[in-house]
Amino acid sequence: MSALGHLGTGSVASATPSDQPVAGGRRRRWVPYVLLLPGILWLLLFFAIPCLELLATSLYDPSGSLETGYAMTWHFANYSDAVREYAGHFGRSIGYAALTTLITLLIGYPLAYAIALKGGRWKNLMLVGVIAPFFTSFLIRTLAWKVILSDDGPVVSTLNALHVPLPDGRLLATGPAVIAGLVYNFLPFMVLPLYASLEKLDPRLLEAAGDLYARPVSRFFRVALPLSMPGVVAGTLLTFIPAAGDYINAQLLGTTRQYMIGNVIESKFLKVGDYPGAAALSFALMAAILVLVLVYVRRAGTEEVL
Amino acid sequence: MTEQDHGNTDADLHIVGVTKRFGTFTAVDDLTLTVPQGSFFALLGASGCGKTTTLRMVAGLEEPTAGRILLGTQDVTRLRPYKRPVNTVFQSYALFPHLSIFDNIAFGLRRRGIRDHAKQVEQMLHLVELDGYGSRRPAQLSGGQQQRVALARALINQPQVLLLDEPLGALDLKLRRQMQIELKRIQTEVGITFVHVTHDQEEAMTMADTVAVMNAGRIEQLGAPTDMYEFPGTAFVANFLGQSNLLAATVTGVSGDDVLVQAYGERFSLPAARCRLTAGTAWLGVRPEKLHLAPTPDAVPTGHQAVRGEVTDSSYVGVSTQYLVRAPWGDELTVFVPNSGIAAPLAVGSEVVVHWRPEHAFLIERAPDETVAPMPEPEDAVGVGT
Ligand SMILES: Nc1ncnc2c1ncn2[C@@H]1O[C@H](COP(=O)(O)OP(=O)(O)OP(=O)(O)O)[C@@H](O)[C@H]1O
Ligand SMILES: [Mg+2]
Repeated sequence: MSALGHLGTGSVASATPSDQPVAGGRRRRWVPYVLLLPGILWLLLFFAIPCLELLATSLYDPSGSLETGYAMTWHFANYSDAVREYAGHFGRSIGYAALTTLITLLIGYPLAYAIALKGGRWKNLMLVGVIAPFFTSFLIRTLAWKVILSDDGPVVSTLNALHVPLPDGRLLATGPAVIAGLVYNFLPFMVLPLYASLEKLDPRLLEAAGDLYARPVSRFFRVALPLSMPGVVAGTLLTFIPAAGDYINAQLLGTTRQYMIGNVIESKFLKVGDYPGAAALSFALMAAILVLVLVYVRRAGTEEVL
Repeated sequence: MTEQDHGNTDADLHIVGVTKRFGTFTAVDDLTLTVPQGSFFALLGASGCGKTTTLRMVAGLEEPTAGRILLGTQDVTRLRPYKRPVNTVFQSYALFPHLSIFDNIAFGLRRRGIRDHAKQVEQMLHLVELDGYGSRRPAQLSGGQQQRVALARALINQPQVLLLDEPLGALDLKLRRQMQIELKRIQTEVGITFVHVTHDQEEAMTMADTVAVMNAGRIEQLGAPTDMYEFPGTAFVANFLGQSNLLAATVTGVSGDDVLVQAYGERFSLPAARCRLTAGTAWLGVRPEKLHLAPTPDAVPTGHQAVRGEVTDSSYVGVSTQYLVRAPWGDELTVFVPNSGIAAPLAVGSEVVVHWRPEHAFLIERAPDETVAPMPEPEDAVGVGT
């Protein structure tokens, strides 16, 4: 043990031979913290400090402006005002994000399952296919959806030809269009973690389930799904959180009636210049997501996740 | 003895002309066998000879390239696994890691909608000596304990056919013997057909009604354990089930009830009933425990066959001492002498005469160009009777 200690610390600590065993043992305990340091500094500098800054901004007096400057008045009413005034946007954000998450899960799970368990030698190619859209910018991809869903675009004309009734006779500038854009943009965030956990699923367990009288459906719900829960949790979080804060899809594919909380924050920060209001909304959104996520992870965690 | 003499009004397991190819590799080659209902069938064979593949086809986890599998009169060749009255104890256990031991064992009963399974599960846990382990997860058990859970999980369903793929391999000797007795008891009581893959020759011999030795995807020989051991059909079986001394011989003639052979310039004879051929090239085989050592030719009992030699090695293994004796032609014969305390141990270098009763030898086929007996890889050869 002490010989290993020497080996482990020899390159880090050039202590005198006499105190090496003791000093070696003590220094070893520091190594993890030293390794953590860059990450901690990064977090402090680019997350904790900006967050505090934002928190402070959210409590400034709302009557100030960039020109006249802001006064710190611990104006907690910023929060109640923001939440009261934009409750609809909040609700829509959470609702759209939840629907998006559900739809990406329903599309992404079979996709990830097929790639992981039936992909064979096409596995890598199929994964590239999932990631390929990332090679163009988020904005361009969403703009492309504007064309796809436009009134004389392929989707609407197909639906018309099939006599599927559309509200207002159109798709663009509706809630479904925004959700379609969100689903499209966030699908890879769902598929990749799902793939990672399904890839680890031992096919022999599925065989064993089949051997023990489990039909394909119960085999899925009793074995495959529970064992891929870590991927489901990761995928839903990676989809839900950014989707709830997204504003590009609502802006390009919707109208003000589909605007989400991200649109409000964007306009307050960049157009109106209401910094305290924008900051309060941002913080409220963060808190809401945090609470939802905690509840979700706890529930999912106590049930089937290992 | 088990070959298709039961007609088809039974619930026997029939494997008829089954072949399985993976690409160009043939894992199971035109296999035909019948396992009578309620019998204990042991499948032995070197690693990679297709035992697991055979079981998987019976379980429905692998589809045969050709051939049919029948349970009684029902053709199950294309039946989905969950529809077959067959359960498997997997070589890799394949326990569900997210379920407790209790839930693992109850899995099959629950899938069939059997509600009151708690008592049965407890009985199973008791049977495999894991009382009180029901709430643990598989990862919290040792390898041998996991193996017993795998056994319980399959056994509780009381299937028509139970497939066991080396189900006791990870257990220590004492527990293994105990589980063997339990398995045998369950098998006789409930009348389940057991198809049991094992590497333990003793296990196969003591438990099975029928033993089949597989080699490269084919059944090399099939029969009752004692018949297989006392009169092996091929050189592979002779060396796979226990050990044999095989001398490359040529049949020189038949004299009455005896067959005369010549090996390395020496003449031997044995009863025709112990010969699988009466002309051409052959292996003359004798089991090591059927060989005896005498100090001088005069001490050899009349009628015995004898070969002079020199002891080159002796190893004491408790119940017996295993000697290697070099014959005049250079090959070494293995001789097991029981440590009964009657004869004094022989020193390495002693001149001895190896002798045996003619009816203890057997004569099996040998290709003319074969001079070295086919030996299974050392790790494949199943336990040596001592
Ligand atoms: N899915 C597969 N694809 C290709 N080859 C396979 C496959 N499964 C098995 N094989 C090959 O078929 C042969 C028989 O395999 P099998 O698992 O039946 O051996 P086994 O007799 O059970 O051996 P062991 O005693 O080591 O368990 C092996 O050579 C193996 O490599
Ligand atoms: Mg095997």
